[in-house]
Amino acid sequence: MQFSLSRPGVRSFKPVVFMLCLFPFGLLMADAFSNQLGANPTKVIVRTLGDWAIYLLLIGLAISPARKLLGKPWPIRYRRMIGLFAFFYVCMHFLAYIWFDQYFDISEITKDIVKRPFITIGFVNFLMLLALAATSNKRMIKRLKKNWLRLHKLVYPVSMLALLHFFMMIKADYFRPTVLLIVLSLLLGYRLIVAFRPGSKRPSSQARKLLAHRWKPARYGGLGNTD
Amino acid sequence: MSIIIKSVGPRDIKPSEITTEADYSGRREFIKKSGLLVGGALAGSLAVPAQASSAEGGKDFPGLIKTEYGKGRELTSYEDATSYNNFYEFGTDKEDPARYASSLKPKPWSVVVEGEANKTGTYNLEDILQKAQMEERIYHFRCVEAWSMTVPWVGFSLGEMLKRFEPTAKAKFVEFETLYDPDQMPGQKRKILDWPYRDGLRIDEAMHPLAFMATGIYGHTMPNQNGAPIRLIVPWKYGFKNIKSIVKIRFSEKMPPSTWNTLAPNEYGFYANVNPQVDHPRWSQASERKLGANFWEPRVKTEMFNGYADQVAGLYSDMDLSRYF
Repeated sequence: MQFSLSRPGVRSFKPVVFMLCLFPFGLLMADAFSNQLGANPTKVIVRTLGDWAIYLLLIGLAISPARKLLGKPWPIRYRRMIGLFAFFYVCMHFLAYIWFDQYFDISEITKDIVKRPFITIGFVNFLMLLALAATSNKRMIKRLKKNWLRLHKLVYPVSMLALLHFFMMIKADYFRPTVLLIVLSLLLGYRLIVAFRPGSKRPSSQARKLLAHRWKPARYGGLGNTD
Repeated sequence: MSIIIKSVGPRDIKPSEITTEADYSGRREFIKKSGLLVGGALAGSLAVPAQASSAEGGKDFPGLIKTEYGKGRELTSYEDATSYNNFYEFGTDKEDPARYASSLKPKPWSVVVEGEANKTGTYNLEDILQKAQMEERIYHFRCVEAWSMTVPWVGFSLGEMLKRFEPTAKAKFVEFETLYDPDQMPGQKRKILDWPYRDGLRIDEAMHPLAFMATGIYGHTMPNQNGAPIRLIVPWKYGFKNIKSIVKIRFSEKMPPSTWNTLAPNEYGFYANVNPQVDHPRWSQASERKLGANFWEPRVKTEMFNGYADQVAGLYSDMDLSRYF
């Protein structure tokens, strides 16, 4: 069965989520073009875009636990959009670095990617997210079948490396990446607990039902394995 | 302290003339209002409407000697130089010092002088300043994070001050220490760095005529966030060497520990001379971003010894600068 926006009784907030995801970018643009980013606007632009890429990755990772904890399938409808927005912010982050920070100096950029581990990690992460974004449509889900799920498990190393990338550029104050690391640990830890304690008490009967027989993602937005 | 910019009338600006802080603020204000596409050709005329009132009339150092140092260099705006600071004693965000440094009490202030010198003891800052020959020098300031600014510093020669303490022959180095008082410096409540902040110079570096003790900027008393009431300015070194809010000066025979060097010796050396050929492990030092530059403006090349090579290269003639970075 195909999920559609007009299905009776199901209200989609996709346009709202879309606008919410775009809002930080719009705000940043507005601030940049009205000279509100302080003495070093390039740095603020690159950092803010990187920050939001990580926030959206974490929000994307919260979808599946939220679905289980709420016992409701609806959060899954927004996961692809959130994931794609994370990729969008990564692209803008990378573009801002290439354009405003390095001014298209290809030799400097190459040197950075090869020589500086935190930039190497950032670049590798960009490539992995590119693979995920490129295979996020329904056609690719169908074509890749089981491999799609396998491929999209890359989001776990991607989010861990994204935080490592953040940690590695810090000079002395690790407070902010530490907070994000705690959030990521909770999100991944939840999955580990679910995976290794299948008989443990679940938050709700509906979540238990969802886990018991394999969840059919096509009903809720075409994400996940379809066999 | 706030800077009030008033427009009192037009005046012609020659390219050779040093643009005042008010002109700069005015220029940026204009660019803000007129949107993005203001070309360089226009920029000269933009400086016309704004004029210095506070900058000329409200100076805190009457009769200040303007020196030839950096004369004619394009200045960073006062606003940028006082709102984008690394001063972890008040927080690690660039805006934190401007936000939180009001808790610092720079008056009264005393400086302890100790170690290998004849005239050690505790000095009131006022007494030190009374003996000093106050002057203004425009220096380029290059942070190790690859941003830079050009600021008119008010102060006096470091070497002249140090000589008055009569260092002995054993004084091979001089070490400085920042105030440690978490009540005045709330950032010190978290152990981000090994407080108090310390840094030092070799005695010949400290005696170099370019080495400077600053007590003001742009003709004003030093704002707290910039290191009130007294800080070091060694223009050929990275910004972190220029220790702020100094309470202690120690002459020593051995190379003193310095905060960043202790924290990450592979990233921050004791010398920390600006050197575009020796990269920081995590970023290139070949170029820098000028504070106040718009995001679409490219970086500018970093100069050897921050542009002071002619004066200071001799201090390091027999040293491998990639090893002693």
